[in-house]
Amino acid sequence: MGNWQELTDPASALYGFAPDAVLFCFDARHLTRGMNAALSVAEADRQHDAAREEVLACWRLAKERFRCAVLHQTAMQLLPAVMGNNEHRLAGSPRHALRALNAELRAAADAEGVDILALDERAAQEGYAAWHDPALWMRSKQEITPLAAPVYGDLVVRLLASRQGLSRKCLVLDLDNTIWGGVVGDDGMEGLILGQGNALGEGFAAVQSYAKELSRRGVILAVCSKNDEANAWEPFDRHPEMILQRSDVACFMANWRDKAANLRDIAADLNIGLDSLVFLDDNPAEREAVRRELPMVAVPEPPEDPALVPYCLADAGYFEGVALTDEDRGRTREYQSNRARAELAASSTDMVGYWRSLEMQMLWRPFDRIGLQRVVQLINKTNQFNLTTKRYSEDEVLAVMADPSAFGLQLRLLDKFGDNGTIAIVIGKMQQDEVFLGTWLMSCRVLGRQVEAATLKLVVENARRMGARRLIGEYRLSSKNGMVKNHYEKLGFTTLSVSETGDSKAMLELHEYEPRDVYMEINEG
Amino acid sequence: MLESDVYSALTEILRDLFMNDDLIVTPDLSANRVHGWDSFKQIEIILATEERFGVKFTTQEVESLKCVGDLSALILKHTV
Repeated sequence: MGNWQELTDPASALYGFAPDAVLFCFDARHLTRGMNAALSVAEADRQHDAAREEVLACWRLAKERFRCAVLHQTAMQLLPAVMGNNEHRLAGSPRHALRALNAELRAAADAEGVDILALDERAAQEGYAAWHDPALWMRSKQEITPLAAPVYGDLVVRLLASRQGLSRKCLVLDLDNTIWGGVVGDDGMEGLILGQGNALGEGFAAVQSYAKELSRRGVILAVCSKNDEANAWEPFDRHPEMILQRSDVACFMANWRDKAANLRDIAADLNIGLDSLVFLDDNPAEREAVRRELPMVAVPEPPEDPALVPYCLADAGYFEGVALTDEDRGRTREYQSNRARAELAASSTDMVGYWRSLEMQMLWRPFDRIGLQRVVQLINKTNQFNLTTKRYSEDEVLAVMADPSAFGLQLRLLDKFGDNGTIAIVIGKMQQDEVFLGTWLMSCRVLGRQVEAATLKLVVENARRMGARRLIGEYRLSSKNGMVKNHYEKLGFTTLSVSETGDSKAMLELHEYEPRDVYMEINEG
Repeated sequence: MLESDVYSALTEILRDLFMNDDLIVTPDLSANRVHGWDSFKQIEIILATEERFGVKFTTQEVESLKCVGDLSALILKHTV
């Protein structure tokens, strides 16, 4: 450590590369250089602080110079113990220093907006022998043995993918012999193997517990089972050992159709892509059929013993997440409110009557520190209703906040069924006498609620306040955002240009803008 | 294990790593006679060999290797 030329020298290859993300991999031996068992507590503390500060300095340098995502790999605990079990009592122990540094850097990472690659935990789980070969370190200075490289690559990529909003969003569960033992239609609810007092039953309960934990942090749960619907619900309502409840399931498909068709309906019902689904089923024939029909759905090969299934799901990293927002915590409830709304829509004879009956309120605010995490999350995970799919790091969002010629709007929608949370984001930038809309995105949960028209109202107000004469909206075609191809035209914009690749620009003269009726209150807050 | 088996496996490994299907592997073949056989390639060769034969060499053994003949002898010693 000590020489950070790549980070500081504008002529370095790293500058030329202009990275989107920088991953810091400090190896255990360099990180603990200067530590030794003879050090006093004060000397050890000093060494220790210096190592930590050097890492922090690197993070900050990378953030400042590249405005990019910074990732930090925790150090593997691979140095031999000098004391033994109570190593922590030896202030200068390099092994103890690694543990303490990892803990401190985890805490610091949250404060600095850095994401952690938990190499220490992964290696500990699989055993250090599988990750590090001391002889190979002497020979080649490769800390991670090449035999572990494929798994290591997967860990890095899943973290990067998560930052891009590419993690899976929904776990779809089969029922019979997947979340309980036995077949409810044949064995009856009383015949199911589930819960305490039976090792196999505890295994199935563990599967349910893990699914419940996932849902508590924002993964959507759905059910896809070949069953009569009433039979399939019965354990949820009446079996005393069930951990999953009716209210944990956002979409329930129990019928006799083929599973691929049901998975398509689940994705459509939840307004997410099929590539956001993970399908857990004990039946190899069903798994094979789904893989063939829907290759974009992740279908793990679950171990036969249910006790091992939670580890299989966790190790695959399908649901890798980097931040947790209030929206994540309330997600299942939200989808259920959506169902209630859909039922209301189906029973309403006219749309205006439906919109009125929802008692909607839109709350808007400029970007601010409080909403920062959710704004970054929404920008980076919204794929469908996203006009340009331009991604922003936290620092880039902060730059929008600091730019007097730009505005960023975060919109929240409430209705009588609940709070949908922050559901739309627009970023505009004044250029001469026009406001250029480089980002406009919305959560698909609130499609068909007039949020687009209400958002435009706010955009126009902001643009007028800045003295603009017109709005320019940009659309950049991606593999997922075909649904908003004519978004601006639908709102009354005139097409300016369409490129060969399907990208387009549209314009709205502000003096020609006529607000549409929207059936919601719009307030700042 | 027969020496000829070792050589056919080593031929496969080296041809694969050097991406050269014409490479002839003989006992006296060594790093200075093959283009691209640097210290990094050397590590790859050792790892691939260890994996292929299910053996683990010590640092001393790896350090003492001078040519393919040495490697072959080492493999035979470990796979008796």
